[in-house]
Amino acid sequence: MLGIVRQRIARQGINASGMRIQSLVCASRDYSSAAKEMTVRDALNSALDEEMSADPKVFLMGEEVGEYQGAYKISKGLLDKYGPERVRDTPITEAGFTGIGVGAAYYGLKPVIEFMTFNFSMQAIDHIINSAAKSNYMSAGQISVPIVFRGPNGAAAGVGAQHSQCYAAWYSSCPGLKVLAPYSSEDARGLLKAAIRDPDPVIFLENELLYGESFPVSAEVFDSSFCLPIGKAKIEREGKDVTITAFSKMVGYSLKAAEILAKEGISAEVINLRSIRPLDRAAINASVRKTNRLVTVEEGFPQHGVGAEICASVVEDSFEYLDAPVERIAGADVPMPYAANLERMAVPQIEDIVRAAKRACYRSVPMAATA
Amino acid sequence: MASLGAVINHHSCWVPHFTDHHPQSPSNPIHHFLRNPDAISSSNNTTPFASNRFNYTEAGRRLDSIGDTTDDTGVLNFPGGKVKFTPEMEFVSPSSTERIRCYRVLDDNGQPITNHNFVQISEEVAVKMYSDMATLQVMDTIFYEAQRQGRISFYLTTIGEEAINIASAAALHFDDLIFPQYREPGVLLWRGFTLQEFANQCFGNEADYGKGRQMPIHYGSNKHNYITVSSTIATQLPHAVGAAYALKMDGRDACTVTYFGDGGTSEGDFHAALNFAAVMEAPVIFICRNNGWAISTPVSDQFRSDGIAVRGQAYGVHSIRVDGNDALAMFSAVEAARRIAINEQKPILIEALTYRAGHHSTSDDSTKYRPAEEIEWWRIEQDPVSRFRKWIEANGWWSDEAEYKHRTTIRKQLLDAIQVAEKSKKPPIAEMFADVYDVPPSNLFEQERSLRETIQRHPQDFPPDFPF
Repeated sequence: MLGIVRQRIARQGINASGMRIQSLVCASRDYSSAAKEMTVRDALNSALDEEMSADPKVFLMGEEVGEYQGAYKISKGLLDKYGPERVRDTPITEAGFTGIGVGAAYYGLKPVIEFMTFNFSMQAIDHIINSAAKSNYMSAGQISVPIVFRGPNGAAAGVGAQHSQCYAAWYSSCPGLKVLAPYSSEDARGLLKAAIRDPDPVIFLENELLYGESFPVSAEVFDSSFCLPIGKAKIEREGKDVTITAFSKMVGYSLKAAEILAKEGISAEVINLRSIRPLDRAAINASVRKTNRLVTVEEGFPQHGVGAEICASVVEDSFEYLDAPVERIAGADVPMPYAANLERMAVPQIEDIVRAAKRACYRSVPMAATA
Repeated sequence: MASLGAVINHHSCWVPHFTDHHPQSPSNPIHHFLRNPDAISSSNNTTPFASNRFNYTEAGRRLDSIGDTTDDTGVLNFPGGKVKFTPEMEFVSPSSTERIRCYRVLDDNGQPITNHNFVQISEEVAVKMYSDMATLQVMDTIFYEAQRQGRISFYLTTIGEEAINIASAAALHFDDLIFPQYREPGVLLWRGFTLQEFANQCFGNEADYGKGRQMPIHYGSNKHNYITVSSTIATQLPHAVGAAYALKMDGRDACTVTYFGDGGTSEGDFHAALNFAAVMEAPVIFICRNNGWAISTPVSDQFRSDGIAVRGQAYGVHSIRVDGNDALAMFSAVEAARRIAINEQKPILIEALTYRAGHHSTSDDSTKYRPAEEIEWWRIEQDPVSRFRKWIEANGWWSDEAEYKHRTTIRKQLLDAIQVAEKSKKPPIAEMFADVYDVPPSNLFEQERSLRETIQRHPQDFPPDFPF
C-alpha cells in the first residue's frame, strides 16, 4: 500500500511524463512555472501556527503535543513559540482532555484537540456527541462550541484492528458536527484553517500515510489568509464517462485509477469530497448527471458508510440519469487484520477502482464470454 | 485502557514509521526515562528531567529539586518526588481507623456548636437564604403536582438538599460559572432566575431560553452564568475544569463550580476531571452531593472508599467533608474553597453529606427499595430548611408570620406562572432547525421547506395550534 503511494509521488515529481496533455495544461495553469511543494505535515503545522498567531483564543491540547511535538510532529515548534499554556500536554485520558476542551470552548476559547489517532476518540465519544455536537442546540444558541478534534484517521500500515478504523461515517451521522477529510496539502491547510475559524465543532480526519507526502501548492495557498469553504467538494480531475467520489488517501488512489482508465479510453471524473458533513450533494449529483455513472470509494466499512449515503443521495435526486448500478468500493466488512497480505485485501486498491469503473461503463468482459 | 495501549504502541510500534521526524531521544524526558531506567537512581548532580521542563508548575519545581540530594541511600529519587525506602512490607490500609470527620456549624436544633471557624453572615443574606430555601420547597411541591396531573412530562425535586443548593450559591460570586447536574435549581433561584422562567422551561414554551428543546428541569441561562443542564451523568465535570482553565488563562477573578451526586463519582469523567484539575491547577470547586442513593443504588453498592472526600487526596486535591444539611457549614466551606481556588489557582473537592428525601425523579418510587422510616427520619429530623429556620428565628430575623406570608405569596406566584407558561405559545417550527449549526447548511433549509410543504398538504395530520 505504501509502495503505491510512493510511486504516485514519484510520478508527480517527474511531472507526469505519461499523463495526458490536458493534465499537463492543468498543472501548469494551477501551479504556475515556479510550482512549490509542501508536505501535508507542514501544511497542518503552518495552518495551526498561523491560526494560533492570529487568534489568542486558539490553543492546542492532547497527549504529547508539547515537548514531544506530537506523535506525528504536527505540532513541531509550537510549544517554543506559544508556551505551555497554549500547547498543553495532558494526562492520558481522552475523556478528560476532550471534556476539558469542550468546557473551554463553552467559555469562549477555541481548543484544537489532538487525538493520537481517532481510534482513541472512542474513549471520549460522549463528550463529542452528547456535549460538543448538541450544546448549541440544547441551549438554544446560548452556548456555542468552537472546537476542532483532529488526528490521524483510518488505516495506516501494520497496526491491526484497533488502530485502523475510519470514523468518517460515524461522526458524519451526527447533526451538529462538521466532518472534514483533507487529501492534499492545499486541503490540509485550507480546511484546518476553516475548521479553527468555524464557530461549530469540527471533526478533522487526517491520514497518517499522507503526512509525509508532498504536493505542489500555489502561491495563494501559502498566504496566511488562505481558507477553503466547508461543505464544498473539489473536482480533482474532470471527466465525462464515470464519476468517482473519494476522500482522504482514496483520492490519490482514484486519481491513479483515472490515469489507468484514461489509457483505456475511459474518462473518469474524480471528486475529492473534502467535507463529509455537510456533504456536497450538489456537486456529486451534477457530476453524475453529466457522466451517468458513479463509483464511490472509501476505506471504511461498507454498511451505512459514506458511499451508502452518496448512493442514497444520487438515487433520490438523479435516479433517472443513472445508466448503470452504482458501484460501492469500501473496506472489507471485517476488523482490520494485521498480516500484510490480509491487510492489503481488507482495504480498497487501485485495481478495485479500475475494475469497478469498467463495470459501470460496461467495459469489463462479461461473465458469459469467459465461460 | 485503550489509551494506555496507545502510548505503549506509540513507543514500541509506531515510532519506526517516523523515526526521521523524531527529535533526539534525550530531549524527550519520557523517552529518556524508558530507555535509561538507571538514570533515575544513579543521577547525582544532574536531573534527567530538568532540561526541557517549565518551572512554572509545582511538578517542575519538584523535579528540579531532585538534583540537590546526594548519597542518600534511604531515598529513591523518583519522577514526581523523593520516596523513602523501608524494610517493612506493609500494604496501605484500604481505610483509616476513623472516617473523615464532617464539618458542621449548627447542631440538629439549629444551635451553633462553635463560635469560630465559620463565616458570619448578615441578616439580609441569611433571610434571603432562608426565603430561597423555602421557595425551593414550594416550587418542588407545585411542579411535582403539575407532573402528576400530566401537565408536564417529567420533574425532579431537590427535597432535602435545599441547603447545599442555596448556601453554596450564596457563598459564590455571580461571575463564577456554574456547571450543574440537575438537582441544583436553587443556584439559579439565588441568582435571580424567576419563577416564571422556571415554569417556561418546564412547559417548553416560546419564552423558554432553551426554545423547548430539552426535557423539564434542564435549565440553562447565559445571563446567570449557568451552563445548560446535561442529562449525561458527570459529563459536566471535565467541562468545568476546561472552563476553569480558560478563566485561568484570562486571569479572571472567578472560578467554576460543578455539582454532582455520589453515583456520578463512579463515572470515568469524575476521575478524569479531578486528575486534570490537579495537573492543570485549575480554579474549580467540585461539590459532591453525597445523598446516599443513586436512584436505587445505595452508596454501599457504589464504592468501598470512605465516601468521596478521601479520593481528593489521592489526586492531589484539597478536600473537605461537610454537613450538607447545615446551611452555615456549607456557606463557610464554599466561601473558603472559593478563596483557595482563586488565590492559589487550585481545585477543591467538597463532599456534602445529605439525603435525597424525595424520589429520584417522577419516574421513580423510592419506597420500593428503601425503608419509609429512613426517608421519614431524614425528612423530619434532618430537614435542612427547618434547622436553618431555627437559627434565624433565634437571631430574631424570622417569624411564623413571615413564614406564612412568604409561602402563600410564592405559592400564588407559582400557580400564576404555571398558568401563563401553559397558555403561552409553543416554539415555532423554524426553531426546530435553528442552532444545529451557527449558520444552517443547505440540507437543513431543505428539510424545513419539505416539512412546511407536508404540513400544508396534510393539515389534518398535524396539531391545529402548530405555530408556523
